[in-house]
Amino acid sequence: MENILQELKGRFAAKVLKAQERSARRVYFDFAAADIPAVVKFLFRDLKCRFVIATGMDTPEALEIIYHFSHDASGKMISLRAFIPDKKNPEIDSITPIIIGAEWIEREIWELLGINFKGHPNLKRLLLADEWPEGKYPLRKSS
Amino acid sequence: MSHKIVVPIGPYHPLQEEPELFRLYVEGEKVVDLDIVIGYNHRGIEELSEHKHFDQVPFLVERICGICSTSHPFAYVNAVEDLAGIQVPERALYIRTIIAEMERIHSHLLWLGLAGHFIGYNTVWMWAWKYREPVLNVFEMISGNRNHYAMMKVGGVRRDIKNEDIPALKKAMDELVPALDLFRGAVVDDPVIQARLKGIGILTKEQCVDWCVEGPTARASGLNIDVRKDEPYGAYDRVDWNVIVHEDGDIFAKTLVRILELYESVSIIRQCLDKMPCGEIDANVKDIPPGEGIGRVEAPRGECFHYVRSDGTNRPTRHKVRAPSYMNVASNKVAAVGGTISDAAITLAAVDPCYCCTERTAVLDRGTDKKIMNGWDLIRLSQEKTERMRGK
Repeated sequence: MENILQELKGRFAAKVLKAQERSARRVYFDFAAADIPAVVKFLFRDLKCRFVIATGMDTPEALEIIYHFSHDASGKMISLRAFIPDKKNPEIDSITPIIIGAEWIEREIWELLGINFKGHPNLKRLLLADEWPEGKYPLRKSS
Repeated sequence: MSHKIVVPIGPYHPLQEEPELFRLYVEGEKVVDLDIVIGYNHRGIEELSEHKHFDQVPFLVERICGICSTSHPFAYVNAVEDLAGIQVPERALYIRTIIAEMERIHSHLLWLGLAGHFIGYNTVWMWAWKYREPVLNVFEMISGNRNHYAMMKVGGVRRDIKNEDIPALKKAMDELVPALDLFRGAVVDDPVIQARLKGIGILTKEQCVDWCVEGPTARASGLNIDVRKDEPYGAYDRVDWNVIVHEDGDIFAKTLVRILELYESVSIIRQCLDKMPCGEIDANVKDIPPGEGIGRVEAPRGECFHYVRSDGTNRPTRHKVRAPSYMNVASNKVAAVGGTISDAAITLAAVDPCYCCTERTAVLDRGTDKKIMNGWDLIRLSQEKTERMRGK
């Protein structure tokens, strides 16, 4: 696992904004939103990490997405964090073209937080009713 | 020129009795595409959790699902303990493990019964549910409840397993093994079951990786992943057991994996009962510091994931829940396509889907703090939608 972290750090040394090893099994990396697809691709394809889920949330400073990956061979969770400060037109590149398993969660974050996933092949509602008003995002703290 | 015909299964599944809609696009008997529509059971639990005290949340997430009702609280307490760095007393770890494994037994038996029912083996259904009953009785003996046991709490468990109850628990496990032998024999030896399940609804290992599938669904396709082994929690690293993996990826393999896992669960429970030390069952946690934590549990259907963030108050500021069905149900798109309509029912059921788990999250407008919709509105919308679909 140490190798994996080093490989990730080595490959993206210039791009890691912040790295935190909260415990032996929990690592968090902050990246610029634009760098997420490249890092996700490296984790998924090269390091064989499993995409677990993404957590979207609204904080006072920005919209935040955390992509959680599991490295099952070592039992570690690697979480990639990206901040999207523009709350008016928030957008980020979709990772669904890389990992098809991310299709649903990106749809969910899109409808609940209003983050547009650029390049998503099927961006439509997942959980909300068809009659739900446009532009109302249930997980936004302020609208 | 061929014409595509749509066969809808849902919005209320006639067999699983849960709300979802599968639109099967068929040409003749063959399924050529699948559209999965969920959202009928969306209750806003992630948002609701932000309004609960850290100690109230286990009761809330326990109600995400009535079958794996201990997996969500278990993953949640793991997340909070990860966040706050809490050491859980040894006896509590064993009790948590026993409860989680008993849940796996009753959940797998429930699925086995339903799977039998889906393919017309109603005897298997009756048997499986008959032998599930003593497990529920043990739950009632320990916790007072058959389904929502309310055992998990941050820092430990709410109730002890009394030493005088242990013989009855062991007896229940002993009596279960002949029943498991019966099921294993019935599935492995019956040519008709083999004909119905072998080579049907295949998920390849590569597809499992791409769709991020987990639990018995992934293990039946040769993926050796199990949170209990990969990141041991509870007492799983203190007992001896095996991860069951099969290579074929068809429904027969998924059935076999679940049946063989039942034996492992019985073995884990027996070892836990023998090794369980005396002592405290609760670390008496007072405050939760600011921070973030991740908790994972191998639920009967696969990995159950909870992420909790705290700002130092007594409520989580964000609580993300991801149940295994969220990933597994989506993979039906590849498992069912290419098969026939008559196989679709069992294929769609083979991941042991749980729609209650798949749908949670929020229906509040925080800006005005006004409810845009309440539960009744959602039910009304759901009913109206059903009516519209009936009209079409």
